[in-house]
Amino acid sequence: MARLAFARSPWAALGWVALAIYVVFAAQRLDFSVERFVVGIDNARRFLGRMFPPEILQADSMVRGLTESLEIAILASCAGIVFSLPLGVLAARNLMPAWVSWPARAVVALCRSFHPVIVAILFVKAVGFGALAGILTLTVASVGFIGKLFAEAIEEISLKQVEAVRATGAPFASVLAYGVLPQVMSRFVGFATYQVDSNLRNSTMVGIVGAGGIGSTLFAAFQRFDYSFVCAILIAIIAMIMVGETLARVVRSILGIDARRSDA
Amino acid sequence: MSASAALAIRGLTKEYLPGKPVLRGVSLDIGSGGLTAIIGASGTGKSTLIRCINRLVEPTSGSIVFEGRDLVKLDRRQLRMARRTIGMVFQEYNLVERLSVMENLLCGRLGYVPAWKAWLRRYPAADIDRAFELLDIVGLTGFEHRRADGLSGGQRQRVGIARAVMQNPRLLLADEPTSSLDPRTSVDIMQLLAHLGESLGVPVIVNMHDVDLARRFASRIIGMAEGSIIYDGGPDGLTDEQLRAIYGGEGWLG
Repeated sequence: MARLAFARSPWAALGWVALAIYVVFAAQRLDFSVERFVVGIDNARRFLGRMFPPEILQADSMVRGLTESLEIAILASCAGIVFSLPLGVLAARNLMPAWVSWPARAVVALCRSFHPVIVAILFVKAVGFGALAGILTLTVASVGFIGKLFAEAIEEISLKQVEAVRATGAPFASVLAYGVLPQVMSRFVGFATYQVDSNLRNSTMVGIVGAGGIGSTLFAAFQRFDYSFVCAILIAIIAMIMVGETLARVVRSILGIDARRSDA
Repeated sequence: MSASAALAIRGLTKEYLPGKPVLRGVSLDIGSGGLTAIIGASGTGKSTLIRCINRLVEPTSGSIVFEGRDLVKLDRRQLRMARRTIGMVFQEYNLVERLSVMENLLCGRLGYVPAWKAWLRRYPAADIDRAFELLDIVGLTGFEHRRADGLSGGQRQRVGIARAVMQNPRLLLADEPTSSLDPRTSVDIMQLLAHLGESLGVPVIVNMHDVDLARRFASRIIGMAEGSIIYDGGPDGLTDEQLRAIYGGEGWLG
C-alpha cells in the first residue's frame, strides 16, 4: 500500500462543497444575478452623472456639519480614553480577581456588541436628536475598542517586572504606575490614536440617524436629490479623514510607535 | 534557635501540587550578617525557599520568623510593611524595561513613598541623593537617564542590586543573581553583593549553581537536594562526597 505523504481529511472537502452549495443557494434567494447587475450598472451611471460637477449648495450647513462632526469625534475620543483606561485595568485577568474582571469584561463586550449605527439609533431615542447622541455613541465605541485591546495588552505584560515592584512592598497603585503602565502605555497611545481616526470617520455617519454632524446634511441632500451637493460633501469628508489620518500618523511617529504593531 | 538569628525558618513545606512537596519541612537559622549561599541542582526547591521568605510564593506550612514576626501569618498590609525591609535580586534582573535607571532605583522606595507622590515622581531629596550615591557605588555613574532595556546584563544586575539596596533592607535575598551572566561579570556581581551586605550589616542569602563561586564568597554554604537541606556548614567542609549527594552523578566533578 502506498504511503500517504499528506494526511487529507474528508471532512475538509465536505466543508468546501457545503460552502459552495450554500453560496449558490443564497445568491439565488437574493436575486444576485448577472442580469440584475447589468440593470444596476446602468442606474449607477446615471447617478454618477448627476453628481458631477460637485457643487456647494449650502456652504454654512456644510461647514456647520463638518465642525460638529469634528467636535463629536474629539469629545467622544477624550471621554472614551478617560473611561477605557481604568476599565482596561479592571478587565485584565492577570491583575484583578475574577469578580472584578468579569463585570468589567462584560461592560467592554457590551460596548462592542452593536454597530455604532444601532447604538446611535438607541441614543437618539433615549436623549433626543443632536450631537449628544453622537458623542455618547462614539464614546461607547471607543470604550469597546480601546478597553478590549488595552486589557489584552495588560494581560501580555511581563509579570517578572511586576513581581519585582511588588517585592519592594509597593502599594497596588504604585505597582500599577511602575510595574504595569510603563509596559503598556505606548500601546495604549497607539490604540487611542487609531480610535480618534475611527471616531472621525464614524462621526460623519451618525448624523444619518439623527445623532448630529455632517451626516444629517448629507442625508438631507440625498433626500432632495441634490447629488452635486452630495458629491461636494463626500469630497469634504474625504479631505477631513485624510487630514485626521495624517495627524494621527504624525503623533504616532513622534511617540515612536510602529504603525503596524503599535507596540514599539 | 540561637538568640542572634535574624531569620528562623521552621518546618517550611511548599506543595505546588497537593501531595508533591517541593520543600520538605526545611528548618534553617540565618544570623545577623554574612553571605549564605544555597546550592543545589535545578528543581530542588532553592528558588521556592528564597521566594517563600518574602512570600512571592505562599508557603503551604511552616513558619518564617524574621525579626520576631512570623511572615507566614502576616495579612496583606503587614506583608507589604515586611517586604519593604527585604531586598530581592532576581536572576533575570526584573527591571522595569521602559523606565530609566533612576526610576528603577527609586522603585526600591515605593513601599515608603505615598503612591500619588510616586506617580508624580516627587521623591524625598534624601532618596534621590541615596540613588546617586548607589549609582556611584555599583559603577553606573552617569547612567541615571538611560532606559533599562538599553543596558547589558551585568549593568542590569547592578541596577537590580542598587534597587534592592535602595529599600534600606535588613535582609538581602538573591535568586540566582549570576546565572544569566558570564563568569567574569558573575564574580563582579558576587563581589558587589558581598560588599554591600557587609557595609549595610545585613545578612545576604544567595541561590546559586556555581560551587566555586559559592566557596569563594560565602561564609556559609547550604546544600539542598530534593527539597531538604543535606549540607550546612563552612565552605571548607564541603567534600566531593557531599557534592555528589547534592548534585547527583560524579562525571562533572572531574
